[in-house]
Amino acid sequence: MSMPNKADCFSSLPFWQNGPAPGAFYNFPGTAASSSNYNDCGIQRTQTPMVTGSSVIGIQYKDGIIIAADVLASYGSLARFRNCERVMKVNDNIILGAGGDYADYQYLRSLIEQKIIDEKCLDDGFTLKPKSLHCWLTRVMYNKRSNFNPLWNNFIIGGIEDGKPFLGTVDKLGTAFSDPVIATGYGAYLATPILTKAYDANSQMTEEEATNLIYKVMQVLFYRDARSFPKYHLGVISKEKGVEIRGPIEIEHNWEVSTMGRNQLR
Amino acid sequence: MALVDREPSRYLPDYDVQAPKQLHFSPYADNGGSVVAIAGDDFSIIAADTRLSAGFSIYTRKQEKLFTLSSNTVLGCSGCWCDTLTLTRVMAARMQMYEHEHHKTMATPAAAQMLSTMLYYKRFFPYYVSNILAGLDSEGKGVIYRYDPVGHCEKNYYVAGGSSGALLQPLLDNQVGYLNQENVEKVPITKEKALAIIKDVFTSAAERDIYTGDGIFIKIITKDGIATDFFELRRD
Amino acid sequence: MSSIGTGYDLSASQFSPDGRVFQVEYAQKAVENSGTVLGLKGKDCVVFAVEKLVTSKLYEPFSNKRTFNVDQHIGLAVSGLISDARQIVETARLEASNYRGQYGVGIPLKYLNDRLSMFMHAYTLYSAVRPYGCSAILSSYEDNKPEMYMIDPSGVSHGYTGCAIGKAKQAAKTEIEKLKLSTLDHISLVKEAARIIYLVHDELKDKQFELEMSWVGECTQGKHEKVPLNIKTEAENAARQILADDSDSDVDEI
Repeated sequence: MSMPNKADCFSSLPFWQNGPAPGAFYNFPGTAASSSNYNDCGIQRTQTPMVTGSSVIGIQYKDGIIIAADVLASYGSLARFRNCERVMKVNDNIILGAGGDYADYQYLRSLIEQKIIDEKCLDDGFTLKPKSLHCWLTRVMYNKRSNFNPLWNNFIIGGIEDGKPFLGTVDKLGTAFSDPVIATGYGAYLATPILTKAYDANSQMTEEEATNLIYKVMQVLFYRDARSFPKYHLGVISKEKGVEIRGPIEIEHNWEVSTMGRNQLR
Repeated sequence: MALVDREPSRYLPDYDVQAPKQLHFSPYADNGGSVVAIAGDDFSIIAADTRLSAGFSIYTRKQEKLFTLSSNTVLGCSGCWCDTLTLTRVMAARMQMYEHEHHKTMATPAAAQMLSTMLYYKRFFPYYVSNILAGLDSEGKGVIYRYDPVGHCEKNYYVAGGSSGALLQPLLDNQVGYLNQENVEKVPITKEKALAIIKDVFTSAAERDIYTGDGIFIKIITKDGIATDFFELRRD
Repeated sequence: MSSIGTGYDLSASQFSPDGRVFQVEYAQKAVENSGTVLGLKGKDCVVFAVEKLVTSKLYEPFSNKRTFNVDQHIGLAVSGLISDARQIVETARLEASNYRGQYGVGIPLKYLNDRLSMFMHAYTLYSAVRPYGCSAILSSYEDNKPEMYMIDPSGVSHGYTGCAIGKAKQAAKTEIEKLKLSTLDHISLVKEAARIIYLVHDELKDKQFELEMSWVGECTQGKHEKVPLNIKTEAENAARQILADDSDSDVDEI
């Protein structure tokens, strides 16, 4: 079976090792025939991202976290898919935003969604916490990079843990840290200074102040980042109101100033 | 993945097609950071700056890079941050396994040897981390161990490592080791002096090295345990 | 079972001369030693009720669950050897997760039933393994329709509107047959299920039991969940009342 199975290096081997795996009844005793042999020949792995999302930004406010990402997925310089949501609700206390390869993000999203379903199936009242997901993501990303088969993404994880907001990030290598202000991609250059300045001036922003700030930052990103789009989603998480994914939110933009330049060229 | 695309002698750049360049995946990143440690007769001090960066961007200004492995051992790491995270997590797990198996905490020299083994185990896909391990030996004397990424280990009494390592080591040689000084009385270093030197050298490093700055976390290891200190550095 | 001890009952890979596989029949016996489990499919909901026999007062309440979630929308109730059953649950979850990974939607119950019954059947074919000593009832609510299947240790499975397995399956089935299942809504299903479990429970042989109930249907937005405690308690109280009334009237008749 080449399906992604749940076994990893931490889980013990199945007790009954020669039993038929589901879907492998036809070669019952022994597992030889079920091992795939496509690893014997060379395989191509992700060396470069294909369809990509641009910046993701996240900030901590008074009672929670806001994460924002626009809806564009580019194919090189082509604005290929213009309605891709890049912010997801993981469970009632985690949100996640993704930049980089969109297919890799979709793969990881399905992995996380299955994780959440598995957890709900157990029905023991335990739910995944943001720091745990953050740590798990570092392990996934690091293991993939160590096999030279990275998931080409930047992730931002937001949530509430022990009553406190948490904002963390992981990149394609597994580099991870947490900070009250995080921006990836061009956002690291364009958005971080604005966000940090606002956060240092007032770390106890209200939700409204924070969403207005994010709007302004997304506008700056749209004006300067050529791979951005004037439409974005917001993931908002707070102690009182839980998780909410808002959007798509349109950014107003005005390029009239540029006509001067155009006239001169003519 | 061919490392060499074409024979270098026959490479004619003028005839290159101007095509978009393909990004090549590198599993490593240089996230900067410096670690300095000084050991005395009954203490050892280790300090690391709190800046985490890549290229010209600062990821965060308050990343602790000192990992307390036991009540008298602290590991300071700088270099590739994802490797640091992994290495320190495995290290912590191994320390715990040791404790469960032997019913005692691993001593600093044992941890030092184990770290060397762990690094060498990854000899052909190394952890790109510059490690400095500080602690007390079995007699309670301060010891510092420094490493290269593939497991070479040497015992020292004062060490600077990381992005400002080359900048600071000669300074420590002079100020702590009394090297290149004439007619100087070589008195053993005190805790206060060591602390002052560490703060000074980091201030100097922050002036010249863009990968060192923002602040330093300091851990002072004595027989009574580990004390923590924080010191601001310039943030530009 | 006249052929017991004639050597044909040691392996699952050999028929007896009269065409039976004794190992499988023994497995079915194992199920019949276990607490009664019943599933009722009503108008817009499937309800499971489990008579969980409590063999020691020292057990914590709610432990050793016999109803499980396989996926968000699929429930599974088991009777028989609980450790065998847990393996079935694991397999079912793996199948459900594989299907979701491949096709992006939850597995239709029909397919899960097929795969799971094939899996259990595989364990009735080889001498190296023994059949599973448990039966499973599967439930879901798909396309606004409740569905239910029951799988035997032999790997045989059928769709059911009402089924019962375990100790008192005969008595329970007789009771179920009296119901007009297709007209019952979720609350009345819970009441009937609780009543039947209380009715068929043999107080002389098994002193204590715990009633475990779960449902999936329109009332839960198609998700399989435990029946909320207040609804369950209400149904239990009603069941006890009916039993008490019945025994009173019995006394009157005498």
